[in-house]
Amino acid sequence: MISFLDFEKPIADLEARIAELRATAENGQLDIASEIDKLEKKSAALLKSTYAKLSPWQKTQVARHPQRPHFLDYVDHMFEDFMPLGGDRRFGEDEAILGGPARLNGRKVMLIGHEKGHDTASRLKHNFGMGKPEGYRKAVRLMEMAGKFGLPVITLVDTAGAFPGVEAEERGQSEAIARSTEACLSLPVPMVAVIVGEGGSGGAVAIASGERVLMLEHAVYSVISPEGASSILWRTPDKAADAAEAMKVTAQDLLSLGVIDRIVAEPLGGAHRDVTATASALASAIGEELDGLSGLAPAELTARREERFLKIGRG
Amino acid sequence: MGTDRGTGHGVANMSWITKVRNSLGSLGKRDTPDNLWTKCPSCAEMVFTQAWEDNLSVCPRCGHHGRVGAQARFAQVLDPGYTVLPAVTVPENPLNFRDSKKYSDRLKAARAANPFPDALTAAEGAIDGHAAIVAVQDFAFMGGSMGMAVGEAFVRAAERAVERKCAFVMFTAAGGARMQEGILSLMQMPKTTVALRRLSRAGLPYIVVLTDPTTGGVTASYAMLGDVHLAEPGALIGFAGQRVIRDTIREKLPDGFQRAEYLREHGMVDQVVPRSELRATLARLLDYLTRKDVA
Repeated sequence: MISFLDFEKPIADLEARIAELRATAENGQLDIASEIDKLEKKSAALLKSTYAKLSPWQKTQVARHPQRPHFLDYVDHMFEDFMPLGGDRRFGEDEAILGGPARLNGRKVMLIGHEKGHDTASRLKHNFGMGKPEGYRKAVRLMEMAGKFGLPVITLVDTAGAFPGVEAEERGQSEAIARSTEACLSLPVPMVAVIVGEGGSGGAVAIASGERVLMLEHAVYSVISPEGASSILWRTPDKAADAAEAMKVTAQDLLSLGVIDRIVAEPLGGAHRDVTATASALASAIGEELDGLSGLAPAELTARREERFLKIGRG
Repeated sequence: MGTDRGTGHGVANMSWITKVRNSLGSLGKRDTPDNLWTKCPSCAEMVFTQAWEDNLSVCPRCGHHGRVGAQARFAQVLDPGYTVLPAVTVPENPLNFRDSKKYSDRLKAARAANPFPDALTAAEGAIDGHAAIVAVQDFAFMGGSMGMAVGEAFVRAAERAVERKCAFVMFTAAGGARMQEGILSLMQMPKTTVALRRLSRAGLPYIVVLTDPTTGGVTASYAMLGDVHLAEPGALIGFAGQRVIRDTIREKLPDGFQRAEYLREHGMVDQVVPRSELRATLARLLDYLTRKDVA
């Protein structure tokens, strides 16, 4: 059962009507197949037109959809033989950031990403995808391991931001994020980062500083959440939609700004309506990117990565 | 917490402080009655502005370290005869951003009120004879926020240090990234890190001096990647804002939370250094960290 977002209400209403008719048809033997067919077409057309012109704020909601596929869904649908490795060897284990070796269409890779969880228990376990210093230090550890053993790095970025808490500050959240960004930039192996849901600020960039950065069609990536920007710049919590618009958070905007390299299309109505199709599109896109990077010497890879970020602001 | 406060008197170093004061020349508008007195933002003591500046903008009564702009900072730490590096040009208002005001108008207002065209200014010179590039982030310019101009100026400063084969000393101060530049401000985190990797590969020291306040994306990038981290007494240094943290944990924050001394206790800062001792401390560090085979 798909849960609908506020702006999808007209579609939800149609779907409810279709369900009602179906129930009636089953009970009363009435032949209303043509009516159902008509409504289904109408609903599909409405879904298509709605998703063809999503506003940045609507995209933000799609990117945060409770049923949007997360890290572990992609593990199930596009990777084989994922071996989760744990701990930063300094303080602890942080399940907001998961990682370990895996196979993508047979190719050995190091997979790292945020996991938000999908129900109350798993959301708490994964701290809603908000990494702590030990999570970022684990990411550094896994990136260094990938470099040592020649595994290309794939990251799946999906976080509202790094965890803002007393213990995170005490253990050096800033330093952990800075070192993780540095680890990305230092990799002697290819790195492909994908913003699959929310790319929230420093907590995202820490594992997204690769030479190729991809985004799912309805993912968002920004320096601060639209709500945060609204309360700081407009001094009211009600301007999130305006802030999302002004900050240019969508994949389409970021491609034109040169911040990302490629958009991966989502199934009609968003990734949550067809996880398998989303995973399959993502797997082929990442595969193509890795093909394009294979055979490049470590110095060439880091040079590309450095040039990619240095040129931002020299335009 | 805060035990270093109150030791910030520059008596022992008065001779160079006098030099600094003289080199500041006409910087302050001391001839207007409004600026004759400076009120300490911490203890509210009224201090004769001349005395405040003579004491490096540190309150003679409570030791509070006031905020210092680029010009005054250069004069405080560099030997006379330093050169300010040219300002960088970057695309302006790339997102055509407006909140309650247009970003371009905010920039205009900040430029009218400040001596430099954006929040980060660098100079090349020497600290007690040790060659260095010194860059200063100025909180007075849009909260010191890191946008494309700050990122590019940082990169140029680091590149200049590589060219001159000298140290890079960075005084950080910022509320964080410049939100009006959206994602492009976030991209300054990896961008500045690239410059630091190149500096490091050249075997040159990078010294961070964390000043009040240093938060957000600046802390989570170049402010925490130094070979050595110094901090000024009482400086607020952190990743997340205190209001955000309070709203998340819904309890009182610990005493001295996110202050320089707290970061020292938690292993993020090497030394908390009173401003009066900063120049001498930097000179000693540069002496230790300069490799003969690089120079």
